[in-house]
Amino acid sequence: MNTPVLQIKNLGIDFGGLTAVNNLNMEVHAHEIIGLIGPNGAGKTTVFNMLTKVYDPSRGTILLNGQDIAKMDTVAVNKAGIARTFQNIRLFQNLSVIDNVKAGMNNQFVYSIADMLFHTRKRRSNEEMIEEEALKLLKIFHLDDLKDTEAGSLPYGAQRKLEIARALASEPKLLLLDEPAAGMNPQETEELMETIRFVRDTFDICILLIEHDMNLVMNICERIYVLNYGMLLAKGSPEEIRNNEKVIKAYLGD
Amino acid sequence: MKTIINELLHHRNRSRMLSFALIIGSYLIIEFLMHSIRISRLFTSMLVPCCCYIILALSLNLVVGFSGELSLGHAGFMAVGAFTAIIVSGLSAKMIPDPVIRLFISVLSGSILSGLTGLLISVPVLKLSGDYLAIVTLAFGQIIKSLITNIYLGFDSNGLQLSFVTNELNLEQGKMLLSGPMGATDTAKISNFSSGALLIVITLFVIYSLIDSKYGRAIMAARDDRIAAESIGIDILRSKTLAFVASSILAGAAGALYALNYSTLQPAKFDFNTSILALVYVVFGGLGNINGTIIATTVLYVLPELLRSLQDYRMLIYAIVLIIVMQLGSSVRLKRSMEKLKNRFSKKGVIR
Repeated sequence: MNTPVLQIKNLGIDFGGLTAVNNLNMEVHAHEIIGLIGPNGAGKTTVFNMLTKVYDPSRGTILLNGQDIAKMDTVAVNKAGIARTFQNIRLFQNLSVIDNVKAGMNNQFVYSIADMLFHTRKRRSNEEMIEEEALKLLKIFHLDDLKDTEAGSLPYGAQRKLEIARALASEPKLLLLDEPAAGMNPQETEELMETIRFVRDTFDICILLIEHDMNLVMNICERIYVLNYGMLLAKGSPEEIRNNEKVIKAYLGD
Repeated sequence: MKTIINELLHHRNRSRMLSFALIIGSYLIIEFLMHSIRISRLFTSMLVPCCCYIILALSLNLVVGFSGELSLGHAGFMAVGAFTAIIVSGLSAKMIPDPVIRLFISVLSGSILSGLTGLLISVPVLKLSGDYLAIVTLAFGQIIKSLITNIYLGFDSNGLQLSFVTNELNLEQGKMLLSGPMGATDTAKISNFSSGALLIVITLFVIYSLIDSKYGRAIMAARDDRIAAESIGIDILRSKTLAFVASSILAGAAGALYALNYSTLQPAKFDFNTSILALVYVVFGGLGNINGTIIATTVLYVLPELLRSLQDYRMLIYAIVLIIVMQLGSSVRLKRSMEKLKNRFSKKGVIR
């Protein structure tokens, strides 16, 4: 098999004396949808925070397409190709829906400050392309009718979708979704699964997602990693994970 | 054609056009009144300073409202612009006799130097955030004022002479440009209402160009959520620096225009009170609200002057008005009824 898009080797982080994640090895290959599950406090979001360099890992390497990103900062990691959503939604509350997505394209369409000030053709053509791309993304998530609404006043489900749209706007190779279905009703979740598959196929990216909704995880993930107490408990196909005794024990207790 | 009309009626562009209409409309009306009927000196003398304070408040709103950082030292940038303009205007008086060109060059150099000062200050300031940032901007505002208070600058046939301790410069029939705490005296008054109105229009154009661009979106994204902004590749420091420098350039222009409206000007004019005054205008008009800032500044600047006949009670009334409006402005109930009113209008409106 060719080199994985994301390769995590011996990743670990300590907070003071507490080891939150230890000895984690993971791989995400092109075009895959991977699930990262585990009981509350297992360290799933901490892994995401290390991948996007919100936290600095204490040990280990993170390779994105063979390039070591462990020394980069959050902005550089995004430029290298990782975008994410957040467990507790972090939208630009006071910006309109479409401006949230446009903000995601900050590095995709470039014009200088002079272009900005003098309203040159370069500014106009770039802004037109930004508008067009943003509308395309909003259409995918059925948010185009709400484009001028303030993001903070959107219903919960729409906010989650907008976060994904914003992350996609930065043209990632790897998309990290932190509990994308949280707070959604079954019908919305069903729709979300369709959208996630559609996004993977249209943008040809790989997706790593944290989720507690087992229906969603078992349905759309091709492989699943199970985290418990910061350590890898199991990995495998949905079928293998469903029947793994260690996993059942971790979730249900003894 | 239809798309152009729709574009113009879009609520965002409507508020943009309203700002320009507000300024140009008031300018035309006031100019007309000045030429048709006799208007008291009290009123005409308020025009240029009012323009300056509008520009200052707009520039401060860029930092406080759009970038979300509290600056308490904006009078410092105004001071840099003001005294640079006085020096440039004084030095070039003989070379450039035309007051309009001289005003243009003075304001331009005032805003450039103020922008450079802003860039320099932004390096230590923007490493901080929140209250700490505000306190450091306050300190820098005071440093700039103190620095100018101690500059003695004169020029004669031998060229420029500068001293930081005494005003006993050996000038041979020369002219003092700055004399310490006394500031500038005998400055040529070359500002006028037209230039003030024009400068507001330019300020509006700059601010709207910025906030409607990718740079503006980055600034506002960094304000709303730092971590999320970084996660989509927005360089927080760069965005905040841009807002801070743009703001200091505009504040410098305001100071330059202000300085050239008076024959004498002391550095003490640009103290902490002026910074706070500008902040009051911004908060009163609404953070990130351009039209609100323009109206609030005008009302709050004119009000104390109109109340002058009430003498001792004037500041009391001014304070009470401030408190009442701030209370009303943050009232949830009032906001809700305004929202209802707005919805009723927009239902009838063309677009939504």
